[in-house]
Amino acid sequence: MSRWQNTWAAAIRLATGVGHLPDVAMPPQRPAVFFANHSSHLDFAVIWAALPASWRLRTRPVAGRDYWLRTPWRRWAADRVFHAVLIERMHVTVATNPLALMVAALDAGDSLIVFPEGTRSPDGRLQDFKPGIYHLARARPAVPLVPLHLDNLNRILPKGELLPVPFIARLAFGPALHLAPEEDKVAFLVRAREAILSLHHP
Amino acid sequence: MKLSLARDTLGLVGGTYGLLLVASLITALLRRWKDPERRNPVLLNLAARMKAWWVMVAIFTVALAVGTIGTLVLFTAVSFLALREFITLTPTRHGDHHALFLSFTLALPLQYFLIGIEWYGLFSIFIPVYVFALFSIRTAAAGDTTDFLARIGELQWGLMVCVYFISYVPALLTLDIPGFRGRNANLLFFLVAVVQLSDVLQYVWGKLLGRHPIVHTLSPNKTIEGFIGGTASAAAIGAALWWATPFLPWQAALLAAGITLFGFFGGLVMSAIKRDRGVKDFGDMIAGHGGILDRIDSLCFAAPLFFHLVRQFFTP
Repeated sequence: MSRWQNTWAAAIRLATGVGHLPDVAMPPQRPAVFFANHSSHLDFAVIWAALPASWRLRTRPVAGRDYWLRTPWRRWAADRVFHAVLIERMHVTVATNPLALMVAALDAGDSLIVFPEGTRSPDGRLQDFKPGIYHLARARPAVPLVPLHLDNLNRILPKGELLPVPFIARLAFGPALHLAPEEDKVAFLVRAREAILSLHHP
Repeated sequence: MKLSLARDTLGLVGGTYGLLLVASLITALLRRWKDPERRNPVLLNLAARMKAWWVMVAIFTVALAVGTIGTLVLFTAVSFLALREFITLTPTRHGDHHALFLSFTLALPLQYFLIGIEWYGLFSIFIPVYVFALFSIRTAAAGDTTDFLARIGELQWGLMVCVYFISYVPALLTLDIPGFRGRNANLLFFLVAVVQLSDVLQYVWGKLLGRHPIVHTLSPNKTIEGFIGGTASAAAIGAALWWATPFLPWQAALLAAGITLFGFFGGLVMSAIKRDRGVKDFGDMIAGHGGILDRIDSLCFAAPLFFHLVRQFFTP
């Protein structure tokens, strides 16, 4: 299983031109939450592939259950390749509380990849953040939040397209954030969003 | 798979490796004497470039030894990587997606396939006639007219330089020159060696004597002195390689000068594109050299000229 995951990861890096994230990008303790801008279905695959191998095996992307369980192929990729945490986006109940699933994964020692915009940006511009990442930071304040910026993924596979164009993608990382004591939701969401925007150099 | 090269091709290959060996030795000695602490950026870059040259020459000679198929596969890959660098730097919109997808999956491989089956009548017009017409129709059909002319123009120029122009290098293998059968790989060697050596020599002459930049706003390193010195010495190298070609020494010298001229100004054109896009290099694929497009920019412009001159004057 892990051998195939490394092969998939190498193939994804080769196809998108993204290299490994260096060790300095990784926070000192595990688990961590990696959060990034979202413009393409390939986003989490690229981040997952760019993680150092020891991190990759214990890092799970958080993705919309409605989308990833719709076809057998997607179900296979989400389950067997990426080991995704699938969360309910439409009909959230106590039993399907997304926060509880994410916290459970962190408590089990797995790191997460999340997209705080909640859905893919239609034009590649960073949208406002949904409050999920704030609630996650409040539930587990010790977990470092690592900002990542993906460039050109919306050109490789824009929303609504099935066939990728081989642009060269870029992945930039910033220093890890923590929720400050007394920091309110709006201030934190703005700060987290700024952390990603500051990584964007056109 | 049968590996075969004509005897004089082997001479060219051996000469190339000999030259690389000498250049690597000089680089190593320079570093030992002048920069034992490995800090001088010029010498670090030179060492990185030498390493990359070994890899590039090794790939090139293996492709030639495998034959037409190997050479076509190599240049298909080169085109793919170059076009990828080019369009990544080009502003595109969602409406370009299908034309871009077809550029990589249809136009590019088909161009090399047409060369593979030696259909000159089609490969020489396929991209500028059919691809340009059909892809602009496809982009218009997507309905987004913002910057429309700029967008189709940029994709067309990318295909022109990265696919059409450079595909003339392997197309040299299709030329049927009386008394030269089985030795066409020498033409590739002649073209690539003259272009790459003239790049190096222009740099050296420019460093030694260069005072007057050719175009101030473009590239301060491209000087009139470097240009004249580089062209003259490349012509001399071309003449010295006459024995491996179907040309007389003076013809080889003239062709080498023509190749260098187009290569040099092709490099200027590509510099203008980089300046406009605000980058120094097209990519970072080849350590010390930049992107693949930075390495082949002069070759792109020289290849079609060389092909058509040889076809005009040396084939029946």
